[in-house]
Amino acid sequence: MQSETAAHPPSRLAGHFASLPVQDNAARLGMWLFLSTEVLLFAGLFVCYASYRFLYPETWAAGSRLLSLPLGTINTVVLIGSSFTVALAVDFAKQGKNRLVFFMLLLTLAAAATFLVIKGFEYSHKFHAGELPGVHFHMKETEGLLPGMPLFFSVYFAATGLHALHVIIGAGVLTWMALKAWRNHFSVGNYVAMENAGLYWHLVDLVWIFLYPLLYLI
Amino acid sequence: MSQSASSNPAAAPAEGHAPHKSYLTDGTTVRSWLLSVDHKRIAIMYLVLILLAFLVGGIFALLVRIEHLSPGPTIMDAMTYNRVFTLHGVVMVFLFLVPAVPSIFGNFLLPIMVGAKDVAFPRLNLLSLYLWIFGAGLALWGMINGGADTGWTFYTPYSTTTTTTVAPILVGVFILGMGGILTGLNFIVTVHTMRAPGITWFKLPLFVWASYGTAVVQVLATPVIGLVVLLTAADNTFHIGLFDPARGGDPVLFQHLFWFYSHPAVYIMVLPAFGIISEVVSAFSRKNIFGYRMIAYSTLGIAFVGFFVWGHHMFVSGESTLDAGIFSVITMLVGVFTAIKVFNWVGTVYGGAVDFKTPFAYFCGFLFFVVFGGMTGTALGVVSLDVHWHDTYFVVAHFHFIMVGAAMMAFLAGLHYWFPKMFGRMYHEGWGLTGATLITLGFIVTFVPQFLAGNYGMPRRYYEYPEQYQALNVISTLGALMLFTGFFTILCYLIYALRHGKLATSNPWDSHGYEWRTASPPTTHNFDGPQPFFPEEPHLYTTKPAPEAQHAV
Repeated sequence: MQSETAAHPPSRLAGHFASLPVQDNAARLGMWLFLSTEVLLFAGLFVCYASYRFLYPETWAAGSRLLSLPLGTINTVVLIGSSFTVALAVDFAKQGKNRLVFFMLLLTLAAAATFLVIKGFEYSHKFHAGELPGVHFHMKETEGLLPGMPLFFSVYFAATGLHALHVIIGAGVLTWMALKAWRNHFSVGNYVAMENAGLYWHLVDLVWIFLYPLLYLI
Repeated sequence: MSQSASSNPAAAPAEGHAPHKSYLTDGTTVRSWLLSVDHKRIAIMYLVLILLAFLVGGIFALLVRIEHLSPGPTIMDAMTYNRVFTLHGVVMVFLFLVPAVPSIFGNFLLPIMVGAKDVAFPRLNLLSLYLWIFGAGLALWGMINGGADTGWTFYTPYSTTTTTTVAPILVGVFILGMGGILTGLNFIVTVHTMRAPGITWFKLPLFVWASYGTAVVQVLATPVIGLVVLLTAADNTFHIGLFDPARGGDPVLFQHLFWFYSHPAVYIMVLPAFGIISEVVSAFSRKNIFGYRMIAYSTLGIAFVGFFVWGHHMFVSGESTLDAGIFSVITMLVGVFTAIKVFNWVGTVYGGAVDFKTPFAYFCGFLFFVVFGGMTGTALGVVSLDVHWHDTYFVVAHFHFIMVGAAMMAFLAGLHYWFPKMFGRMYHEGWGLTGATLITLGFIVTFVPQFLAGNYGMPRRYYEYPEQYQALNVISTLGALMLFTGFFTILCYLIYALRHGKLATSNPWDSHGYEWRTASPPTTHNFDGPQPFFPEEPHLYTTKPAPEAQHAV
């Protein structure tokens, strides 16, 4: 603002904030609130899962046998690994080591791509087997078709589809952060953007950590 | 706390250099409005758009009332009628009531009331406006091209099988919800991080408390309906069957998830209205607000308890007796918190030097309607009574008492109270009181007969009705016409006042609210120079003013 004289306010400070720490805290609080909305978005799906699991327990148990446990497990390892690299990226951003931030984010993005490719293989297998939601469901009678089986796949596709969308959005955000790191944006006092992006990515992982046992293991 | 006692109240345009421009004249191009991140300009754009939505919803309401002039078909066929009452509900709930007070008055006043130059995330604020426009556009497009006939509640399995176009409206609701979440998130962060020196939590204006409580509900409840409408749209389009009993789904699950948002949404609509009333009642009684902390706590109480009462919408949907009993008791708690507020408002007026201006006239109507609507709400929360009244006009009358009688009256009170602040001009007081009288009387004539008709057993949403209800319906329709006249009157004199009204001083009501310490209309950054310091409480009228800041510190 023009009235601020001689103090040389850092350029990053927006005119309506009192100071940089306040601005960074506002950004963090905003991100945590946003994450709470994401949790509640998925909570609705978990409620659907719980209700129908209660209504069709055998179907749900049989349904999880139809999913590919190896692929699901690999994806879980891949995503948890990507959480580790993002955590390192945040730590390096705090120290202003932009090269390392960039490198860690590349690893994370590679993990995200791997996850999506494996998910794609799983989906295409389901498409061929006719294990699809609602009217598109056409599983053979011989394969142990139980009442409520189309609903299992409705929940499966809704939950993993919404999660995959979040992986894509998260990867977009991390790409943006990688560009910032490439341009030496982060420094000791300026890393809140990377911190928030990391928080978002951890949430994406966390949702999967709940989806994996619910869908694949039990 | 470095530069404290710098800018004292009043402070007319500082002497010496040219006064800063008001936010209305600082940039006059269309672009300077459409791309503005100034919270006040965004609020004004919301005001225009939301009032247009209100006009659309109002016309649909009037069509419903005219259709009910005679027991049989009057002006439209049954299918058109179904669409019209659905569109009335969708437009009024999602395009008007939910965003109205937070997006208009909240956006305009909340930053000023906490002494900030803007909300925490101004660009997100602008984004929420465009999400509103996009969501509203999509929903209205769906309504014109086919139009849903499900009622605003979109109950499954009907909404998954109807041939009308439900999906675009549902997606529109999802997008509107995203906009609402961003607004709420902005408010919470603003209140937490941007309060000016001297404004502690218990020196916040009560409108800020109310907006804060509302924002919490918006942020926590809206994602759930976001998911539900998406799943229902998918059910309607791809038949994924989650809520369709023909495919093994459970329609009652839909009702649970829907009301988990839509009951708290009632508090998104009325809590900010309560906040407006707390401001108005103190300013026009010339008296300290009675029980400041209790009003603040009861706001949070309603916001919290509001999350645990959704089951009272499903007493007749096969809910177990135990569940129904629990939901019934929790529902009563809402009545307790609301009553705390009502007693505090009455206590504020008691012994005050009432300045009976238009906003206070609306407060009088509001008080009567909120008590009446609240009491009938508590009655509806009793399981045995609800079985009789469920899906009758009694319910319709009850929620219109809260939605129109409370939220709309408070909206009008706020519009008149803050009109000078927003536009720098005064409306005509005589016309203001005339409008308030028309609205209040019109409201009573419209909705009291609906209580009676409902109690006699007239179901809601029916196209035709037995002749015995005709007299009550005709009276109700006449009341609706009176309401329409009232709104038209208000529209005329307010538009006239925009250009020809008397110029307003910075504080025409002699109010002690923080927002009145800025110019009318405020400058682009709300105040000039560093953040101001607020030594006094916002609702302090009758005790001796605190010692001057320089002596105290």
